[in-house]
Amino acid sequence: MRVTGAPRAPGRPARRARVAGAASAGRSSGTPPLAPGAPVLLPVSRAPRRDGLHVLVASPVHRLPAHAKVVALTALAAGVVAVPTGAWAALAACGLLVLFVVAASRLPVGLVARRMVVETPVVVFCLLLPLVATGPRVDVLGLDLARDGLVGGATLLVKATLGVLAAVVLAGTTSARDLLAGLDRLRVPRPMVAVLTFAVRYAAVLAEEARRLQVARAVRGGGDGRLRQLAAVAAGAGTLFVRGYERGERVQRSMVVRGWTGTTPALASAPATARQWALALVVPAAAVAVAVVARAAA
Amino acid sequence: MSEPVLRVEQLAFAYPDGRQALFGVDLEVRAGERVALLGRNGAGKTTLALHLVGVAGAPAGGTGAGRVVVGGVPLTRSTLAEVRRRVGIVFQDTDDQLFMPTVRDDVAFGPANLGLAGDALRERVDGALDVVGLRDLADRAPHHLSLGQRRRAALATTLAMEPDVLVLDEPTGDLDPAGRRELADVLAALPVTLLVITHDLPYALQLCERSVLMDAGRVVADGPTRELLADDALLRAHGLELPYGFDPLAVPGPEAPRR
Repeated sequence: MRVTGAPRAPGRPARRARVAGAASAGRSSGTPPLAPGAPVLLPVSRAPRRDGLHVLVASPVHRLPAHAKVVALTALAAGVVAVPTGAWAALAACGLLVLFVVAASRLPVGLVARRMVVETPVVVFCLLLPLVATGPRVDVLGLDLARDGLVGGATLLVKATLGVLAAVVLAGTTSARDLLAGLDRLRVPRPMVAVLTFAVRYAAVLAEEARRLQVARAVRGGGDGRLRQLAAVAAGAGTLFVRGYERGERVQRSMVVRGWTGTTPALASAPATARQWALALVVPAAAVAVAVVARAAA
Repeated sequence: MSEPVLRVEQLAFAYPDGRQALFGVDLEVRAGERVALLGRNGAGKTTLALHLVGVAGAPAGGTGAGRVVVGGVPLTRSTLAEVRRRVGIVFQDTDDQLFMPTVRDDVAFGPANLGLAGDALRERVDGALDVVGLRDLADRAPHHLSLGQRRRAALATTLAMEPDVLVLDEPTGDLDPAGRRELADVLAALPVTLLVITHDLPYALQLCERSVLMDAGRVVADGPTRELLADDALLRAHGLELPYGFDPLAVPGPEAPRR
């Protein structure tokens, strides 16, 4: 080692001089001097934190018990579906109700809009409906369309959009675990809940494995070109399947040694209070009322 | 001498594809003992461990011979549940052991299967989480924990069953030195009988006063860990090596503080 008595003496003033130089340089440029090796702090992102689909913000919708929200979503969807075709005022009222729920959930608008992309196939179907339906024709912007198809397609589009919007709110305001516990509380058959539970847990594990396989390919120069990438993905899927299958056997083994005999214990969850039920069912009840009035008027 | 808490007699086993893994294993473990099960890869350590909880061997398929007796109860198809209550095993890959959405749900899985519910279940779960120091992380998903935390969570799932014998399969395989030490602190404070499968020889010396060396499906040596690790010729003959610079005669072991 070179750090012995003699070299250290001249070394010290040199180091002090360097630090002093850095400090004065900092002062001259108007910023406070930084300690050497100060952490580089990046600006804090203002986007809410997320865990899967669950968006971690506080809202009255987040606080409702999961099973109450599932019942509310089902009732709301039933109400919207029951509105007669072409009853635009009633559909608009339902739309306002759903938008109210979206606002109450405090989910970022952009995020909700992006998640609406799952509706795309339905939108395509609704747009095709006026072209393929039969019956009286109308002329819209030079296109020869079926009148019934136009009205039916538009109604279907609105109903589907409202349903998907409500489902996006449910997914964004409820953790996967609470949703599973809620389904259990609603007496969804235990084996189905168990299958969903494993899907939630091992989707994360499989995604991580897929990422590792992808990285292992990429660092060895794989993955250039669309076709080669597709081939690699196909091969990776095979590997993932085999790994998943083997893991299934090991997981089952670890369940068996902890006393599992075929029935999976329920996930713990609290019942909903009368107040929470009332709160959860206000909007669906209003939607059902709108549908009943609209049907009576039609 | 009382009945050993774990007795294995002339255990032999061949997998369904005909590959024989165990060739007559004899092993006795007394209550409160801490035993390291050493051996190179493929020596049959994990296969033996799977026999102790009845997930390999005659009760679960494959062909075998010999007996496993846990606390006086011979392992048969009809005593599987009882044996699995007494012997807890922590598997090598924690992703296999943590299969529920949160740590708390996972720790509750075993005791709930034993029939616990309500406050009794909650107390059992909290107790196990306290032992491994993970009470604060109980509501996290397993994939949001570090490897060391996952390992301790997996340990808690087994401790919640309150086993008489705890079997750990390669507990330090993927841990960093701090995670390794934290696990050692937890294990050293546990009042249960321990069987630690490992080829981490310093870890064996740190935790276990006795070691059993396996090779090619048989027990080839059984004695105080320090003597075994100091026998260079024995280790070399069975494919084990001490880490560079490690002298088993110069470091403290489990004997001193426990006497």
